Formats: sequence, structure tokens, C-alpha cells
Amino acid sequence: MHTTSASTTLDESQPLLLSHFDDLEQQHNASNLGMWFFLATEVMFFSGLIAAYTVYRALSPEAFHLASRHMNRVLGFVNTLVLLSSSLTMAMAVRESQLGNKKRVVWFLVATAVLGVGFLGIKAVEYSIEIHHHLLPGAHFQIPSEDLTEMKEVSSTPEELGLLKGRFQMMFVLYFFLTGVHAFHMIVGIVIVLIMANLMRIGWFSGHGTTQIEVTGLYWHFVDVVWVFLYPLLYLID
Amino acid sequence: MSAPAVVVEDPPEDYLQEHTLKSWLLTTDHKRVGILYMISVTVFFFVGGAAATLMRLELMTPQGDVLATPDAYNRLFTMHGVIMIFFFLVPAIPSVLGNFLLPLMIGARDLAFPKINLLSWYVYMVGGVMGIWIMIFGGVDTGWTFYTPFSTMYSNTMVVTAAVAVFITGFSSILTGLNFIVTVHTMRAPGMTWFRLPLFVWSHYATSLIMVLGTPVLAISVILIALERLFGVGIFDPAIGGDPILFQHLFWFYSHPAVYIMVLPGFAVVSEIIPCFARRPIFGYKFIAFASVAIAVFGFLVWGHHMFVSGQSMYAGTIFSILSFLVAIPSAIKVFNWTATLYKGSLRFDTPMLYALGFIGLFTIGGLTGLMLASLAIDVHVHDTYFVVAHFHYIMVGGTVMAYLGGIHFWWPKISGRMYPEIWGKLSALLVFVGFNLTFFPQFLLGYLGMPRRYYEYRPEFQVLNVMSTAGASILAVGYVLPLFYLLLSLRKPANAGPNPWGATGLEWQVESPPSVHNFHEPVVVTCEPYMYSPEEAEREYAHDQRVHNA
Ligand code: HEM
Ligand SMILES: [Cu+2]
Repeated sequence: MHTTSASTTLDESQPLLLSHFDDLEQQHNASNLGMWFFLATEVMFFSGLIAAYTVYRALSPEAFHLASRHMNRVLGFVNTLVLLSSSLTMAMAVRESQLGNKKRVVWFLVATAVLGVGFLGIKAVEYSIEIHHHLLPGAHFQIPSEDLTEMKEVSSTPEELGLLKGRFQMMFVLYFFLTGVHAFHMIVGIVIVLIMANLMRIGWFSGHGTTQIEVTGLYWHFVDVVWVFLYPLLYLID
Repeated sequence: MSAPAVVVEDPPEDYLQEHTLKSWLLTTDHKRVGILYMISVTVFFFVGGAAATLMRLELMTPQGDVLATPDAYNRLFTMHGVIMIFFFLVPAIPSVLGNFLLPLMIGARDLAFPKINLLSWYVYMVGGVMGIWIMIFGGVDTGWTFYTPFSTMYSNTMVVTAAVAVFITGFSSILTGLNFIVTVHTMRAPGMTWFRLPLFVWSHYATSLIMVLGTPVLAISVILIALERLFGVGIFDPAIGGDPILFQHLFWFYSHPAVYIMVLPGFAVVSEIIPCFARRPIFGYKFIAFASVAIAVFGFLVWGHHMFVSGQSMYAGTIFSILSFLVAIPSAIKVFNWTATLYKGSLRFDTPMLYALGFIGLFTIGGLTGLMLASLAIDVHVHDTYFVVAHFHYIMVGGTVMAYLGGIHFWWPKISGRMYPEIWGKLSALLVFVGFNLTFFPQFLLGYLGMPRRYYEYRPEFQVLNVMSTAGASILAVGYVLPLFYLLLSLRKPANAGPNPWGATGLEWQVESPPSVHNFHEPVVVTCEPYMYSPEEAEREYAHDQRVHNA
């Protein structure tokens, strides 16, 4: 059985307890709480955008309906699975760090990062398909002809048509922004996970690095949870 | 780490002892980070103040004569606003006094994340340097609110750079807020229960909640502006289905609470000064504590009162109007509690107290006119006139800056170990109060008479009041510059303040001035409620210290 008390495995590379804390428990709680509140800021960050999405969607359901049909549900679904698996490997890494199996922690972290890269790869494929179809907002944006015909059918005045077209693009603006910000968080997460894996490998942490791995895990799960909200919101609602 | 035992037995060094530049720029000591912030916000305050001076000079005469073009005036008031809000008001009290005092007040050796604390200063400086850069190389003419569609489609100034600067600075607020929240939760000394926390700590806790929850919303709003300008994606452009009003919703969702980011720390300072110089425990401790948190929470519900004339529905306007009245209640509670503390106290009129009393007076006027603005009908009349300018200066300058200066004077002996010449302190407080009222009271009248804001020319009949305002501003300027001199000069004397020159309660007054690097030599245990002033003892201590200082 591995030793369970972190404080007994102190090595020289890093003081286990930073000098301004009284004990390890306090230090651990501070790190965890810090990450929770950081995630609260992230929730606010995404919720402003999600609110904008919801408002525009409520204002122009037809345009959003037409635009949402171009979402690739299959790739989105595969990506959800990939991401949920990465959450699992991350949870395993945390578990192993509590048990003190440093080698396994490294492997689970690497697996998490690989799954994260997989997610980004699939996302990149999705983006490139969308860009290919001129769905990236901006100068090159083009409304597909079949949508244009449908829009012409449902709108009675040119103004109405113009608004529909604008809102059709708006859906893609919000889609690219939301998923883009999410992808950015993934990239940051992958970098952190790999750094943690390497620090673990070279034995940089005194103790088992449990606190650090747990905090990384919190972040990673959060990014996953955001996707779990985005997927139905962007791909599934009709 | 292996420090030899001899070193430990040396007399403890105070935190100012080391002098190298490196020891300052790489410090993780919360007290030193506080000083770094103090220097930076002072610089920004005077840069913003220089812009204000130019504006007031321009407005002394009805025609545009000081500045070459109306455009130059637009850039000037924008930079004045941006610098004062994002680089002075938001960080001033939390990052200077909060950083310095929070750990001392709860009996901790440092903030929970000392490195993140230093990082937040660097992040702030990056944003700040960008701010100054913008000012030198072209400026922005949108006003500090960056309203769309002007900012996204028409303005051809450095809007994107400004948006990025604000975005970056926002992270510094978030980091500070996070650090405070976690510190209050996890670092309190044994016996320091939630209801033994000084009110300073409660207010900063509430402020931090707003920083953490509000700032990200500002962050996306300014990033959306940058995206819209760079790529024309149409979020705010009505021609392609966007909505310029969306920006106002997002912006004010942060920026109304941000008003409390600026003023709650002011409450924090005043809640410490009043009981000390009234020699009484503060009246209604719990009410004040809960009022801070209530303000933080309800502050998120009233953003629409900035949008009464934006074309939002009558219905929404009415709701926001009522909610705004409700959010005034917790602030009023605080004012009542301070007044009740003063009532029957044995008052001492030292410099910090003068500033605190000034704060109460000015904040009350600002608050009452805020209620006028929250009434839909009046707001429609005075919207975007000098009435609004006067109102927010009463709150922000009369409130926050007064409190900041009061706090600096109150804790200067702790921070530096030196007493300043009381007579100069009193003079500065007086000049600031008189100069302030002379500057901004005429602006209420101007606004009521219909002088619009953000214009560099005006109708001749407004000139008398404008000249009064400019005269007031020059008195105010003297009041602001004075402390810079006598506080800095006091540093030349040897440390003479003693641990507790005001006979105040609170853990920070039990350590030497200036405090040692690790704050406390022995573990702290708290055994009593805050503000336990025993009138007789306080009286004796005070008389004693006065003799020492006057000797
Ligand atoms: C020291 C004396 C000050 C004077 C004489 C002064 C004067 C002015 C003037 C003339 C304006 C332009 C009003 C308009 O045309 O709309 C203005 C705007 C403003 N001031 Fe001050 N100000 C002073 C201090 C401050 C301070 C200390 C702060 C904040 C800490 C502040 C915050 C603002 C803000 C946020 C605006 C709005 C800018 C905008 O419209 O974009 N001011 N001030
Ligand atoms: Cu407001």
C-alpha cells in the first residue's frame, strides 16, 4: 500500500507547504476554492454569449432554424463522446494521484491530452467544411441558395428578408464565437495537462501533486461541461 | 527550506528594508504589491487629472478656444474617463489598501496566492501602458462606454487597442478578486469568525464577488466590439440583423455593478475610520456587513436604468426604475449606521475623519441625485446633460476618491511608519471638500438648465456657472497635489508612528509600523468582536499619542 499522507513524502525540489499557509489542508482548500471561483468567472463569460444566442434565436426562430440545419450533428456527437472520455481519463488521473501512482497519473494525463487534441482535430474538420461552404461570417459569407429560396418564401417584404439574412449570419457568428472560445479553452487546458504530466514525470511535485492535479481536473471538467451545454444549444435545438 | 537558526533569531525586518529594484519587481509580499499599485494608480490619477484640467479650461469660455477641434475634446474626455475608471477607480482602494490590509486584518501572513497577486499588477501595468500609448498615438473618441454602432462602424480612432487594453486590465481585477475571496475563506486566523471580520473585509469580499462575476461580461462586450470592427460580423450592426442595444445591455450589466466595485471599497474605508474617530463600536455591524453583500447581488439587476432613452419598452423602464430604488436601500442603511455611530460619539477631527465626513456628505448628495436619475421621468429630462456628470462625479470623486484619500491618511502611519503633519492634512481635506463642491455643484444646475455633456462649446448663458466650476477645479487640484508632497516628505523622517497612533482596534494596529515581512511574529488568535472601543481607555491612549506626536 502506498503511503497516503502527502506530508511524509517531502523531497527537496519543492517545499510542500508554502510559507504563508499554516497547514496542508488550508493550502489544498485555497487552491480548490480558487479554481471554483475562477470557473465562476468563466461561467459568466460564456453565459453572456449564450444569452445573446438565446435572445437572437427567440427573435428570429426561422433564420436560426435554417442556419442550424447546417450544423454537423454527427461530428458534434462524436466530439461529445471524445470529450466525455477525456473527462473520464482526467478523473482517473486525479484518482491515481490521490493513491500516489505517479506513473499512471502521467499516462492518464497524456491520454486526456490526446483526446483533447482529437476533439480539436474533429472541430477543425468541421470548421473547414463550414468555411468551404462559405458559412464563415464576414466578407465571404454566402447564404446557400436553397435557404435563400426558403427565406424568400416566408418573408413578405424586402426588409423582412434582409433581417432574415442578417440573422442567418448571426447564428454563425455566435456559433463560431462560442465554439471558438471553447476551443481556446481546450488549447489552454491541453497545455496545462501536458505541463502537469511532465512535472509529474520528472518528480517536480513534492507529495503526489494531488492538489495540482485536482485543480487541473476541475478546469478540464468545466470545459467539458460547457461543451455539454453548447452541443444541444447549437446543434440539436429545432 | 533550510534557513539557519541564527537568522530566525535576528530582529524581524520590516517589509520596506530591502531596497533593490529587483526586490520590488519580483516581490510576492502583499504589502509591497500594494505599494506598487499605489505608485501606479497615483500616476494614472494625475494623468487623468491633467486631462480634466484641459477640459475645464476649454469649458471656461462658451466657444472652443483651448483645444484645436471638437474631435480633440472628444478624445480628451474619453481618455479622462477610461483612465479614471479602469486605471484609477476600479483598482485604487482594493489593490492598494485592500492588498496591504486584508491579510493583516484577518491575521494571515499573506494573500492565498502571492504570485498571482504580483501577476495581477503586471497585467494591470500592461493594460495601463497600452492606455497611455493610445493617448499619445491618436486617442479614442467614443467615450469610456464605447457605445455601438459609433464605436464599431463610424469612429476612426484606436477603438480596438482601447478594447484590448480594457480587456487586459479586466483580468487584473479578476485575479485580485479571486485572491481576496479565497483569502477570506481560507486564511482567517483561529477565532476570526465571519462576524468578527472588520467591515473593511466584508466590503472587499463583496467587491470581489462583483469583480469575479461582472468583469467577464465586460470582457466579452469589448471583445465583441473588437471582432465587429475587425471583421464586420454584424453583431451590433442593424443593417445585417445585429442590434446596437445588445452592447448596452452587456456593457451595463458589468458597468452598473462596477459602480459598486468603485464605491464599496470606499464604504470599507469609511467603516473603519468612523468608529475609530468616534470612539465607539460601529452601530449595526451585521446590517452593514449584509448590506455590502446585498449591494453586490442586487447591483446586477438594475443595469437598465442607463437605457431609459435607448428605446427599451416602457414596461422594462418601469421595472428597472423600481429596482434601482430598491438597490439604494442597502446604501442608505450604511449611511444611517455611520450617522448613528457618530451620534453621541466623542468625535475626533483628525485628517482621516475629515475625509470620511466629507465622504458621507458628498456620497449622500450623489446618492440622492442618483434616485432622481432612477426616476424615469426626470432621467428623460436630464439624460446626457451635466446633471449626470455632476451625479457621477459626486459618487465617484466625492465618494471613492475621498474615501481613498481618507484611507491613505488613516493607514499611512502603518504603511510607512511615519506621521504626516496634521495641519497640512487638514488643509488638504478642506481644500478638496470646498473645491469639489465648487466644481461639481454648479454642474447640477447646468444640467438642469439643459447644458448637454460631451460638447466643447455651449450657449453663452451657461458661462457663469462654468467659470465657477473651473475655479473650483483649480482649488480641487491643489487639494489633490498637497498630500503628494507632505506624505512623500514625511518619508525623510525616521519612523515615528508607533504601532497604533490613532488608538484604533483591529489586528493591523497590533503589529509594528511598518509591519515586518511576515506580518505577525506569533500565531494570532482572535478572542473578541471587532471595534471593541472602550471609550475611557481610547481617550487616554489618544491623549498620550497626541503628546508624543506634538512633542
Ligand atoms: C479632478 C477634477 C475633475 C474634473 C474637473 C473633471 C471634469 C470632467 C469633465 C469636464 C468631463 C466631461 C464631461 C462631458 O463633457 O461629458 C468629465 C467626464 C468624466 N469624468 Fe471627470 N473630472 C474630474 C475628476 C474625475 C475623477 C477623479 C474621475 C474618476 C475617478 C472622473 C471620471 C469621469 C468620467 C468617467 C467621465 C465620463 C467620460 C466620458 O464621458 O466618457 N473625473 N470629467
Ligand atoms: Cu447604474
